[in-house]
Amino acid sequence: MSSERITKKLTFKTFRFNAETDFLPYFKTYEMEVGKDELVLDILNRIKWEFDGSFSYRRSCRHGICGSCSIKVNGKPVLSCKQNVWELVDIFDTDTLLLEPQSRKRVVKDMIIDKKDFWEKHAKLKPYLVAEIDEHPKEEIKVSPHEAEQLLEADYCIQCGNCYYACPVVEVNEEYFGPAQFAKAYRFNADVRDNAKTERLEKVREMGPGVWDCVKCFECAEACPKDVDPIGKITKLHNQLFEEGMAQDNVATRHAVGFKHSIVKHGLLDEGELVRYSEGTLGVMKHLPEAIAMFKKGKIVMPWNMPKSEKLDEIKTLVKSSSKVKF
Amino acid sequence: MAELKYALYTGCTARESTPELLMSTLAVAKKLGIELVLLDEASCCGASHLQDFDDFLSLVLNARNICYAEKQELNMVTICNTCQLNTVMTKERLDSDENLKSQVNEKLAEVGLEYKGTSSVRHFLYAIIDDYGLDKLAEQVVKPLDDFNIAAFYGCHNIRPSHLHRKHNRVERGVGEGGGEEGFEEVPLMSKYNDGENPYNPTSLDRIIEALRGKSVDYDSKNKCCGFHADLQAPHTAHKLTGTALLDAIDNNADMMVTPCPLCHLNMDVKQDSVAKEMGRDIKLPILHLPQLIGLALGIEPQELGLQHNVSEPTFV
Ligand code: SF4
Ligand code: SF4
Ligand code: FES
Repeated sequence: MSSERITKKLTFKTFRFNAETDFLPYFKTYEMEVGKDELVLDILNRIKWEFDGSFSYRRSCRHGICGSCSIKVNGKPVLSCKQNVWELVDIFDTDTLLLEPQSRKRVVKDMIIDKKDFWEKHAKLKPYLVAEIDEHPKEEIKVSPHEAEQLLEADYCIQCGNCYYACPVVEVNEEYFGPAQFAKAYRFNADVRDNAKTERLEKVREMGPGVWDCVKCFECAEACPKDVDPIGKITKLHNQLFEEGMAQDNVATRHAVGFKHSIVKHGLLDEGELVRYSEGTLGVMKHLPEAIAMFKKGKIVMPWNMPKSEKLDEIKTLVKSSSKVKF
Repeated sequence: MAELKYALYTGCTARESTPELLMSTLAVAKKLGIELVLLDEASCCGASHLQDFDDFLSLVLNARNICYAEKQELNMVTICNTCQLNTVMTKERLDSDENLKSQVNEKLAEVGLEYKGTSSVRHFLYAIIDDYGLDKLAEQVVKPLDDFNIAAFYGCHNIRPSHLHRKHNRVERGVGEGGGEEGFEEVPLMSKYNDGENPYNPTSLDRIIEALRGKSVDYDSKNKCCGFHADLQAPHTAHKLTGTALLDAIDNNADMMVTPCPLCHLNMDVKQDSVAKEMGRDIKLPILHLPQLIGLALGIEPQELGLQHNVSEPTFV
């Protein structure tokens, strides 16, 4: 039997930058034969060991658990020690892969970024269990399997930052907490032993840093190597705000609630009315130029022409009997 | 070949602020011989916002919408990325959780309906690519778009989360007795073309542009978010995201942009002036709905495609 190893010749275009000595970043290209079992981390190691000892990146556990080895390959955030290289070749249908740090603007050296903002924002949301614990307990605090399931695997987060540096809102709004941080807030809010839910929700509901600024792009869900589904947890935090009676009366909450009002009335969304309801009659003025442009193009439906779903009575019945949340 | 027939879930936007989307969808379907039955009983999908407020209610309403496609024994097509995602997320949750499904069905029973899970739900874009076929579409082109650089803007909710779309955009192979799960094969719909749409490098729209003989623009923002869902509560964020994508397309010589999502369309088309202020640069770019672009190449009259409703003048017509 032949013991010949099957390999592919691949090109790695690699982001290089040293904040201490370089004024501009640059790219270096490395070519190598890559076997079908090799991971992105193997490639990073080989670049350092076979080509350039100054090449820098983070890694520790090599086991998908420390979260330190995340980089982007062709724009896709990956955990280097989990991501197979041939699979990327397949996904992108190419022999050339671009290796980049998670965030270019935070780069310290090559693949290494400064994650200070990531950790600082975490800390603000009390990423730990807050509970009065008897120092000499007679027995452990029991959590039922059902109660544990309520965490929805948010506890699987390894704080790799893939979701955070993929989030477009983090890029344009420096205050925004970010997906990993919200997943963590949910993880402890959903823990039956925790007592800091209210405090976390107070932070989470703030306009600017809070959950209402999420644009729902699902980049975080796509980026997470642990299937934590951060946007799913953000939706849960929205739900908690309403369920706990902590949703403030503002443009964001009225925007969510407005959907129900509209659906009861028309089955469909009354788009114009939703803007008025969310912004208030005065607030609506700031949309006037757009509204006029739309009106001229026949894009505004007048109240008397508002379309309605057929069988609206069914919709009304269902809203009445299924609606559990009050605002 | 059996005629293609779907239940069309229009969503709210195509009935109100983007009437041109419904017009052009119907015109293109007619031209291609695709039969669309309008689901006039359907309600709003909640657009991810009702879901923030009342998750259970949104499940019941979305399940009800699917019921009406099931009643007609038709697969559902959507023409809005957000409708697509919200409907398919509902479907995924009900199909994988018997308990939740029976809770929802308990409510639906009050109005004499039952959600079964027999209709698939997919965006018109993928119905055209996979069921109709790109080659066949290319044969129908009478006004090739070769003079134009066209920027494909995908919109988040058709491409992410990709595992969900891969699962639900599957190819139908001879629906078995009474439809049902056994009638579907677990093959990604895009498999014939792209081994599944890659959210980091999507190609479906670019392939349509090529089939219409246009030149598709290569630019970084094609798979990025337009910011629509935070327009009211975080306008600066939304404007920056919209503006970055528009300028990226413009800087890469786009003559126009095309999108399968009416919400992206609203942001990109209607908001160009306010976005330009935020970005400090002029922005003028015609934005077309996917069926408007297809319709032009098929030789359908601009009026019938509703181009008179587009705010950013499609002056190239
Ligand atoms: S869904 Fe929200 S939190 Fe997740 S990446 Fe997008 S904007 Fe950020
Ligand atoms: S949620 Fe996922 S992607 Fe985000 S930090 Fe945690 S493990 Fe990484
Ligand atoms: S080295 Fe620890 S997660 Fe990759």
